[in-house]
Amino acid sequence: MIDRNDPYFWSDLLDTILKGAGETSYTVGLSLLFTVLFGLAAGVLLVTTESGGLLAKLFGSRALGFAVNRVLDVVVNIGRSVPFIILMILLIPFTRLLVGSFIGPTAAIVPLTIAGIPFFARLVEIGIREVPVGLVEAAQSLGASRWTILTKVMVAEAVPALALGLSTTVVGLIGYSAMVGAVGGGGLGDVAFRYGYQRYSPEYMFGVVILLVLLVQVFQSLGNFAARRLSHR
Amino acid sequence: MISVSQVSKSYGSGPTAVQALDGVTLSVGRGEIFGVVGQSGAGKSTLIRTINSLELPDSGSVNVDGREMTTLSGAELREARHNIGMIFQHFNLLSSRTVQANVELSLEITGAGRAARRTRALEILELVGLHGKASAYPAQLSGGQKQRVGIARALASNPSVLLSDEATSALDPETTRQILDLIRKLSKDLGLTVLLITHEMDVVKRICDSAAVMSGGRILEQGPVEQLLATEKSLLGQALFPMGEIPETPSAIVDITFSGVKTDRPVIAQLARKHGIDVGILGAAVETIRGLQTGRTRLELPGDERTVAAAVADLRSQGLFVEVVK
Ligand SMILES: Nc1ncnc2c1ncn2[C@@H]1O[C@H](COP(=O)(O)OP(=O)(O)O)[C@@H](O)[C@H]1O
Ligand SMILES: [Mg+2]
Repeated sequence: MIDRNDPYFWSDLLDTILKGAGETSYTVGLSLLFTVLFGLAAGVLLVTTESGGLLAKLFGSRALGFAVNRVLDVVVNIGRSVPFIILMILLIPFTRLLVGSFIGPTAAIVPLTIAGIPFFARLVEIGIREVPVGLVEAAQSLGASRWTILTKVMVAEAVPALALGLSTTVVGLIGYSAMVGAVGGGGLGDVAFRYGYQRYSPEYMFGVVILLVLLVQVFQSLGNFAARRLSHR
Repeated sequence: MISVSQVSKSYGSGPTAVQALDGVTLSVGRGEIFGVVGQSGAGKSTLIRTINSLELPDSGSVNVDGREMTTLSGAELREARHNIGMIFQHFNLLSSRTVQANVELSLEITGAGRAARRTRALEILELVGLHGKASAYPAQLSGGQKQRVGIARALASNPSVLLSDEATSALDPETTRQILDLIRKLSKDLGLTVLLITHEMDVVKRICDSAAVMSGGRILEQGPVEQLLATEKSLLGQALFPMGEIPETPSAIVDITFSGVKTDRPVIAQLARKHGIDVGILGAAVETIRGLQTGRTRLELPGDERTVAAAVADLRSQGLFVEVVK
């Protein structure tokens, strides 16, 4: 039990929570970067490699396009269906291989990214599917290359949906990061677990909870705001 | 300019297969406005989409401005498409881009520089009557304005062919007229060849030099509009001048088609006086076809065969198109 009457109690609490928040930002920030990079690619490929899609013939090969589509679909489904806590344990050997340890904020990036990619990929897929095929045809009729259509039509038109997907993903990653934190990944989850639970401090527990609620609110509102501002429909 | 020869295309296979195009042959001259009319499902969209290879035919050839489209692919096809603009029923504008940026897309694709894009975009927007709307978003425009943006985008890269897939079908009659007049004006000013498809007869009446009637993936008739109107049993003629059922009567029935200046002559009165026939009028319709008053009248001509034949010959000698329907 932490001594609440210690004159440094509140400043310690603040320091600890802020440090935890810093670690969470680091973990979530980098995970988000990789998630967006790979999730965007995966989501776009999921839609475009379908039969009749823009990239149904990938590098001139229909078989490759089909294979990529099937594999991505299965992988994304698996990634979405394995509960995060199990995925995390499952990935311990892989994480160790990649970053040398499975403890700490850097190690936490690995399971977060692996869980984030399929999550974001599905949201990207949904956003891209909403772009009317007529727009793609119009660009084709102008003689646009596939890359131009992908970037200037499909992704550009899906930007509002992508912004919403991004904020939903950030919120999801923050949640996951607390779970990783509780098992040695550092961050706010770690603070809540070690101080709030193991050392019975409701102040630490509530401090973390309040901060998490605030973070989620902020990111979701940012996403909604961005989506509204970016949409000219 | 456009020459389609024996083009066939089917969708699906087995018992559910649809023959969308069945040996279509069509020829559109340079600078001509050519309309293909037909009901929904006739294969019109499929046909127009083979012209710029959005759809590849199963067999046959499509030649545009000397280039065989069916064998092109990759960079060559994209290059050829720069010469063929296309507009759509639902406009297909990018909602994320302003009007100017939508037009500039066309020029980004052809590789024009920033300054050149801007200059050309503003110039063509002026041409379609949209100056002042450059920085608006499509969602802020009316249907007619959206189609003007569509036209500007299609023509920004200076194509010699414009394809129109039901471009006015989502517009009200007045806006339709304005857009059609714009297309006609641009065609004349820029020497543009226009191939348009539509299910609306009004479109053909207003701007088409030539037309084709399509049904079940086949072209049933085609040619210059005036010529089709002066052709017996022309489907286009029947569609433009619906006369209804042929009534039960022992008398002969003839359809007379008037065009332009001839409309003001007292044809029927003369006919009655000269041949002693009690002419009955069964129906009449007048249309403005490409600015020319054109009408068709269905007459009942009682009398013996010789009298009727003489009357018909007389009418024909006056330069009228006479079709004996019964
Ligand atoms: N992509 C497609 N797949 C299957 N059938 C199609 C496809 N496109 C058109 N069709 C069929 O081909 C026929 C002609 O269609 P279309 O060219 O769109 O006609 P129109 O434009 O005259 O209405 C219709 O029976 C339609 O159902
Ligand atoms: Mg159609």
